[in-house]
Amino acid sequence: MTGEEKDWEEKYRQLDEVIERYGQQEGQLIRILKEAQDIFGYLPEEVQTYIAGKLNLPVSEVNGVVTFYALFHTEPQGKYSINICLGTACYVQGAQGIFDEFRRQLDLREGNTSADGLFTVKSTRCVGACGLAPVLTVDDKVYGKFRRQDVARLLQKYRRREVTAGDQWIERPARYQGETAPGH
Amino acid sequence: MINGLNDLLAIKEKRLPDINARREKPGASPEWQVLVCTGTGCTSSASHRVKEELLRQVQLKKAPARIVKTGCFGFCKMGPLVVIYPGQTLYCRVKKEDVAEIVEKHLLGGQVVERLLYTEPVSGEKKSRLSDIRFFRAQYRIALRNCGLINPEDITEYIACDGYFALANVLLHWTPAQVIDTIKKSGLRGRGGAGFPTGRKWELAAAAPGPVKYVVCNADEGDPGAFMDRSILEGDPHSVLEAMTIAGYAIGAREGYIYVRAEYPIAVDRLERAIAQSRQYGLLGRRIFNTDFSFDIDIRLGAGAFVCGEETALLRSATGERGEPRPRPPYPAQCGLWGKPTLLNNVETYANIPVIIREGPDWFASVGTENSRGTKVFSLAGKVLNTGLIEVPMGITLRTVIFDIGGGIPEGRRFKAVQTGGPSGGCIPERYLDTPIDYESLKQLGSMMGSGGMIVLDETDCVVDIAKFYLQFSQDESCGQCTPCRVGTKRMLEILERITQGKGTLEDLDELEELSREVMDASLCGLGQTAPNPVLSTLKYFRQEYEAHIIEKRCPAGVCRALVDYVIDEEKCIACGLCARECVAEAIIGEKKGQPYFIDRQKCLKCGACLARCPKGAIYTA
Repeated sequence: MTGEEKDWEEKYRQLDEVIERYGQQEGQLIRILKEAQDIFGYLPEEVQTYIAGKLNLPVSEVNGVVTFYALFHTEPQGKYSINICLGTACYVQGAQGIFDEFRRQLDLREGNTSADGLFTVKSTRCVGACGLAPVLTVDDKVYGKFRRQDVARLLQKYRRREVTAGDQWIERPARYQGETAPGH
Repeated sequence: MINGLNDLLAIKEKRLPDINARREKPGASPEWQVLVCTGTGCTSSASHRVKEELLRQVQLKKAPARIVKTGCFGFCKMGPLVVIYPGQTLYCRVKKEDVAEIVEKHLLGGQVVERLLYTEPVSGEKKSRLSDIRFFRAQYRIALRNCGLINPEDITEYIACDGYFALANVLLHWTPAQVIDTIKKSGLRGRGGAGFPTGRKWELAAAAPGPVKYVVCNADEGDPGAFMDRSILEGDPHSVLEAMTIAGYAIGAREGYIYVRAEYPIAVDRLERAIAQSRQYGLLGRRIFNTDFSFDIDIRLGAGAFVCGEETALLRSATGERGEPRPRPPYPAQCGLWGKPTLLNNVETYANIPVIIREGPDWFASVGTENSRGTKVFSLAGKVLNTGLIEVPMGITLRTVIFDIGGGIPEGRRFKAVQTGGPSGGCIPERYLDTPIDYESLKQLGSMMGSGGMIVLDETDCVVDIAKFYLQFSQDESCGQCTPCRVGTKRMLEILERITQGKGTLEDLDELEELSREVMDASLCGLGQTAPNPVLSTLKYFRQEYEAHIIEKRCPAGVCRALVDYVIDEEKCIACGLCARECVAEAIIGEKKGQPYFIDRQKCLKCGACLARCPKGAIYTA
């Protein structure tokens, strides 16, 4: 067995756990699809079919849900996911120009992912950090008060994988882990 | 495990000194209370690092202080924020490096660190107390009462702020009819947009027959530029849980669901923790307060579809289906989740409930205007000095919100319009700034309350472009089920695109108006019925700007790309040649290190690459 197949198998094992946990509850299809996407990175037809089979649903129903919501994607994503907020607050501060600049510099025409598979560029609706507009996120990191002039530098940084803590941009943590227990 | 009022009181007693310290009341704990905002805005600016450093330094230097992570204070612009009690000292833009000084000087020396205080932009005055700052002065907090006061991940702090006492009272002493009567008397109306009387909604759900009913919370805040609900969920999740449980008792439901966007990871996380704690304390689950009433709450994730804010679409989506709306009636109160009677309110509406029960309907009704009681939370953003989250009494004027709380327009620019209600609302021009804000007045102006997004526009914003922006949004988010919305918004968008490209005609404006009316009349759900509002309101108040695009082929604000020229500022240009190298059209002429460069208007493709490249910011649009 190749490493890749093994990897794939492990992912299906994780997916089984998710289905085990939520499959019995009514109406948790969206939750299962979200977890599946977190595991596989995207939702290929194969995974949709698998979930449909496990939940005893028609594949068309699962696919209908996948294609309805902006959260789900059916194509592999770039290594770094750049989401430019196009909420109104960011829009009036020039977010569209930033979005266009990313697409131009990465030479994106049809798709959203750069030819080298490194970046996926998408617009997103309000991240709720309107005070820092214009805002964009690269995976879990939030960059606020972004300027069009910063685009090249940001791409360069990620290309060199030099993103270190404490640079001049603003960032946020992945999640809250290992923090004080309730009622400390 | 809480079995009765005494258990609740015991927890409150134990935690009260900390809360008293933060409220500056007698019986306060002698420790400093250091509150660090961990809402989305401040988390984005690394408030977690500040908090960790505070914990480390306080321990190291043995400072008598309690570090508390809280929800949003609302003043996102100045984040990360730290507030220290007693004294209510607000420190702005606190960095990790500032922590040592705060600990040494303030927590050990009792002196304020002047350089981190907020400076009023107009007077230049340094303000130490949070409540003295103009941004906070005109605010009145009911729904946000605990945001920025308590640790949202600690149920005991919520209890110490009288949390779950309303529930206890209701379950032990009130009949369901009494609860509904109280909500009706308070005059509370739905905070999600349409403003339907909440008590009436509860009454309808209670009257619906059948043993199985549901209580649902709409936390699918899809309005771009609005984050009220997320802040409540992040800052005070228990108030929503308590209110839903009260609602369950009032209408006879045993199960509740919160439908929340998956794009709000912090809110989802805090809700999950809050639900787990409530179950652990017996405030959710079987036989709450040892009564016969049982109730539990679960989370359903939304996956990014604006239309799911519409109630019938939301209920479908909550069962894991495509979120497509359906015709009403039947209303959710008769036929909702899984076809059962369902009560659906939004987050902010629920957040008001426990206070109304505790303080009484008359108290609540004394705030606000005759037909719009209480307060409203707005997220103030766009071209305004103080962006952030605010809660104000209904009836306050737009001018007070924008120029007093918001501090006016930055960079000395002129106010142009304020957009309320998001994609369903409209743009309100300067001459209506003294309008008191309530459901009816905003509707009369061709806008609406909506969920509470408030975006300020200045003279550099093009209203045609803004109308196009919102219509693009509605077009993208149209579920595609009904033709007026799917095709009508598309045709309208095409017209707007023509206009912004300088290819519009005056007949286009009439056609826009006609199409707008048709889309409003014939669409199935609220999305289509309100989608033309941004177009209609801008046409009404800013027709001359549309005409400038059409007749003069000019965008007065200098936004619409096809109608602007890229120009190099000769004063700033250092003739480095970078712009010329970037230009694919070879439209930039000049000699390196010679005279300033020059853009040939005929050749320019208006791609903006030069503007992005220029290290001196010498290229601008005109």
